[in-house]
Amino acid sequence: MADVALPPSRLPPSLAAALRSFGRSDARFRWLTLGAAWLVLLIFIGIIASLWQGAWPAFRTFGFGFFSGTVWNPVTEKFGAFPAIYGTLVTSALAMLVAVPVGIGIAIFLTELCPRPLRRPVGIAIELLAGIPSIIYGIWGLFVFAPFFQQSVEPWIIGAFADIPGLSTLFAGPPYGIGIFTASLILSIMILPFISAVTRDVFETVPPMLKEAAYGLGCTTWEVMWSVVLPFARSGVVGGAMLALGRALGETMAVTFVIGNAHHIVTSLLAPGTTISATIANEFTEALGDLYVSSLVAIGMILFLITFVVLAAAQLMLRSLEARSGGRSQ
Amino acid sequence: MNLRLYARRRFSNRMFLTLSVAAAAFGIAWLAIILGTLLVQGAAAMNLSIFTNPTASAGSNGGLSNAILGSLIMSVLAVAVGTPIGILAGTYLAEYGRHSRFSVIVRFVNDILLSAPSILIGLFIYELVVVHMGHFSAYAGAAALAVLVVPVVVRTTENMLLLVPNTLREAAAALGTPRAFVIRTVTWRAARAGIMTGILLAIARISGETAPLLFTALNNSFSSTDLNAPMASLPAVIFQYAASPSDEWHRLAWAGALIITLAVLSLSILARIFESKRMSQ
Repeated sequence: MADVALPPSRLPPSLAAALRSFGRSDARFRWLTLGAAWLVLLIFIGIIASLWQGAWPAFRTFGFGFFSGTVWNPVTEKFGAFPAIYGTLVTSALAMLVAVPVGIGIAIFLTELCPRPLRRPVGIAIELLAGIPSIIYGIWGLFVFAPFFQQSVEPWIIGAFADIPGLSTLFAGPPYGIGIFTASLILSIMILPFISAVTRDVFETVPPMLKEAAYGLGCTTWEVMWSVVLPFARSGVVGGAMLALGRALGETMAVTFVIGNAHHIVTSLLAPGTTISATIANEFTEALGDLYVSSLVAIGMILFLITFVVLAAAQLMLRSLEARSGGRSQ
Repeated sequence: MNLRLYARRRFSNRMFLTLSVAAAAFGIAWLAIILGTLLVQGAAAMNLSIFTNPTASAGSNGGLSNAILGSLIMSVLAVAVGTPIGILAGTYLAEYGRHSRFSVIVRFVNDILLSAPSILIGLFIYELVVVHMGHFSAYAGAAALAVLVVPVVVRTTENMLLLVPNTLREAAAALGTPRAFVIRTVTWRAARAGIMTGILLAIARISGETAPLLFTALNNSFSSTDLNAPMASLPAVIFQYAASPSDEWHRLAWAGALIITLAVLSLSILARIFESKRMSQ
């Protein structure tokens, strides 16, 4: 062993050569892994750069009017992003409105109420469902949900809300079946397993001692959930919800089939609309002319900026949770 | 004892717990309905010719063989390119740069890429590959899928390597083993099952991705193994067929959807088996 600590010059030549080659292969491997890590960074920078480059002609032509313009007309080459941005934000917001309470309800059910033998299978089922590709939700929405919604639910909604000011404009007829509301509901079903899986994981990081102490004071199950578990898990739940929102904002296939791809803003939620991702998916391969293609890339750039802000916020919240729980647990 | 307060607390407890059970029943019911419909419609449309015949015009007994083949080819290529990059980058984050500033940035960017809208990855590869090559190709499709594989593998590789006890690394280093050798023969081996889980999850993720393929690999109605030409894929064909007016194509779309779902579910279950193997180690 002492030999190894000697300066290389006094080592037998064969051993010195072996040590040098170890050193070289060591350095090579280190550079290789560092290069791969740089590549991840370069992909990210490449996405921003290529989207910016592709979007530049549209931004230059339309200026800030691109964000607020409501006309999307390939024939006259007038493009405004507002209807697509509006559709993206409204569908995602509605989807979150449904999915967050229901998702948290499922997580409460799984951690507190579900009979023990069922807990694992139901939990695993939810996690598996989170991995189902979105195109499945898309074709189910198109073939099953939209026709059912059009024939059974929408006429009833329109009738029920007809006399209530406010709601009557939000839910004005005719019943198309496809539209912003349908797309939102399908989105909410799609992000549901995601929210429940994350929330359940976060609930399980709550130390049992805290809950037991609250129960010991005579709290009801609901009081323990509301006053102990939820405050403790807040940043994790919010972070998980933000991740789900990031998905909802950029979701393409579940929305494209049922949104109707109409570039206008109507106050009725039952009317067809469009989202950024649905517009790109529907029109990109058929887009003729540089300005048309550039406008599609430009709305992609806007989508990237929106999701970046949401996902970055989600990261920060989940990171603070990890720091508190003392490890980078998944 | 304040009985009214007690009764009110009991009532609100009952009410909110009932609501949460209702939420669970509601959510799980929808998911069950979707899977049930998929199973019924897909199984009804399933037959052998789907796997043997390529896509054809409606009414001429077309199948999905070229789409299945295309999906397989592009997924294999994407995994072959994306996995090594992901494992190496994850290794850097966990082994060499565990506490460096650079790693904090890479980790942050990687987590953003993990959930970034996949259609934007498609746009990126379109600008990078398709525009420069001048035409759509299976290479571009595989590149888009590879960009989706990388972050998943980076994340799981790093997490799994961090779970390897430091005493193992120290024991190997004390024997005079060079660092690269320690990583390759000790830590990678200890984290093998976990890294495998990550790769399986990455495959599951890309096998259902549609949006990034739409304007990279495009689609192809004919059987083609030319990587330099547009190539059909299962999700892209489902997208095309579901939007068509033909009932026969609708049935094929359901069958394709069932095939994808079964593939994704079996991959996820396989990943879970690897995961539980790791736990029992």
